[in-house]
Amino acid sequence: MVEFLSFRDGEASQEPSVTVESFTGQSNSTAVRIEAGEDARELLPYLDRLSLVEVNFPAYTDGRGYSAARILREAGYAGELRAVGDVLVDQIVPMRRCGFDSFHPDKPLDDAAVERALHRYADVYQKTVDGRRPVWAKRHPEIVNG
Amino acid sequence: MYRYDSYDQSIVDARVEEFRDQVQRRLAGHLTEDQFKPLRLMNGLYLQLHAYMLRIAIPYGTLSARQMRKLGEVARKYDRGYGHFTTRTNIQFNWIKLADAPDILAELATVEMHAIQTSGNCIRNISSDQYAGVAADEVTDPRPWAELLRQWSTFHPEFTYLPRKFKICVIATAEDRSAMRLHDIGLKLVKRGDEIGAEVYAGGGMGRTPMVGPQIRDFVPEDEVIPYLEACLRVYNRYGRRDNKFKARIKILVHELGVEEYKRQVEEEFAQMKVLGLNPPREELDRIRPFFANPAYEQGLSDEIDRGDPAFALWVDRQVATHRQPGYAIVNISLKPVGGIPGDASADQIDLIADLAEHYSLDELRVTHAQNLVLPHVKKADLYAIWQKLDEAGLAEANLDLIGDIIACPGLDYCSLANARSIPLAQKLSERFASPDRQKDLGELKLKISGCINACGHHHAGHIGILGVDRKGVENFQLLLGGSGAEDASLGQITGPGFSEDGVVDAIEKVTDIYLAERAQGERFLDTYRRIGMKPFKEAIYG
Ligand code: SF4
Repeated sequence: MVEFLSFRDGEASQEPSVTVESFTGQSNSTAVRIEAGEDARELLPYLDRLSLVEVNFPAYTDGRGYSAARILREAGYAGELRAVGDVLVDQIVPMRRCGFDSFHPDKPLDDAAVERALHRYADVYQKTVDGRRPVWAKRHPEIVNG
Repeated sequence: MYRYDSYDQSIVDARVEEFRDQVQRRLAGHLTEDQFKPLRLMNGLYLQLHAYMLRIAIPYGTLSARQMRKLGEVARKYDRGYGHFTTRTNIQFNWIKLADAPDILAELATVEMHAIQTSGNCIRNISSDQYAGVAADEVTDPRPWAELLRQWSTFHPEFTYLPRKFKICVIATAEDRSAMRLHDIGLKLVKRGDEIGAEVYAGGGMGRTPMVGPQIRDFVPEDEVIPYLEACLRVYNRYGRRDNKFKARIKILVHELGVEEYKRQVEEEFAQMKVLGLNPPREELDRIRPFFANPAYEQGLSDEIDRGDPAFALWVDRQVATHRQPGYAIVNISLKPVGGIPGDASADQIDLIADLAEHYSLDELRVTHAQNLVLPHVKKADLYAIWQKLDEAGLAEANLDLIGDIIACPGLDYCSLANARSIPLAQKLSERFASPDRQKDLGELKLKISGCINACGHHHAGHIGILGVDRKGVENFQLLLGGSGAEDASLGQITGPGFSEDGVVDAIEKVTDIYLAERAQGERFLDTYRRIGMKPFKEAIYG
């Protein structure tokens, strides 16, 4: 079983995260935790300073965190983006696609199941923020580069 | 018709294996029902009152003969010999064994079909016009767009756990045969100069709080449609209500924010997203388009139809619609026999219709949201032969858009959410109004029945709608008048206190009597209702 999963090179951030409110106040912290109802865009002015953003999933069915993650990546955030809370093996792939690169679920995950999930789908239909080439780009390689 | 390439096929095949793995874990006891439920629900497998129900996607309602035959095979091999076509143009099998579900999906994958996103709080099957590609007044064929959207919405990572389910419809004619404005998002393709783009409507829907979707954009160009939709969905995903299941659809968000504010937020999001290269290149739509190109029609065919047989002539007048190609016609096959179950078809009927599609309709058929089927490309010279075969199979009912063409959800006979039985009521009503002359005299009259407030039977959009409710443990039926799902979309109003099953049948008879007494020349039921209002109907029912 795995308690923590990271797809980043190097060490994961150990810094304890603070709330969005205290972060955007005067905190010097470089780690912040977004709750489901909070607006990820509030962090955009501080992206350079951040090394860890945790996005909390109170229930895996609460999909707000996917948008939060993608918004941060679209805005150029390059630090660690960690999904925490009710994260199950079935969510790892869509979360990866939305820009999460580390996971700290409430309940540990089964390694084998994670491996299977990660390799299940060779192709994806959408362009997101994970750099994977969508099927339409593969279909038209002469037009869509990168 | 669209055909999968190796990418499409590998995605569907991978889904089958994933689901097989999940089912095996469940059967082996590694997953509890609670853990398994959300997984099976991502793949259209519901646990109903008596058995598992599997809902299979029929993307934008289009099927080939080969696919239709496969559905017949599934009905025969894994169900009790029939299937049920739904108001979402999908098909449901009601008597499925859990252990069989992966094999069924594997068989479906061999004919490029699946059950992906036929349930769950995600983007559901894209719906479109059953006359797409053959309607005379079409701006462009909406099916290539629908296919583009099917691919885009399949496993969309950001929009897999929305506040609630999400339905998108795309049409391309002024006439709306698909209840476009009663979808979470409706796209109407239009032309601006030489460019095709979409008018966008958002926040329509039925259920507990029915709404006709307001327009939020008058034109989104072809190469911005994906980022625009992503913006619409992102605003919904972030701000749609998650505290109350009954207030979680996008219609509530649009309503609570106000259309202008929702629009503003979408535009703001869109401004950020449209520069991200999210839209496939035009070449992708161009790649899809030829799959839907006009089939090889024969030229110079006669438009003559021999109407010698009166029963045939009656059927032609009712079930056959104008095709844009001379010598051809569109055939509507009624799945509403008198006393039958709306939308049900037996395996034998499914096979027969597959044969007809193959031999007479250039290998194509369509499913309509009114739970009927369509043969879109039929030579007029073949109509009589088709009619005879349909007649032998009990499929030659001539009641399209008449009172006998009832939409009904599965209701309490199958559905675990139901308050009341829709099917027996539909059967009673179709028997009460069985006379073809009477139906013809009543003219266009859309009767729609839902077994609970979820409104799968579109009761709000019925000229006459019926809603099953539970009154102190007894089934009770509310009556609504004046709804429409067409281009003149409106929501039905409740007449007053509800009725027993027999009581509602009587009440509807009274309603039709008032219409016959009050109608002006050429008025449909809906027109008369709109002109004279609820009062006379109410007096007749309760007076
Ligand atoms: S309207 Fe209600 S009873 Fe009918 S199918 Fe939908 S959920 Fe079930």
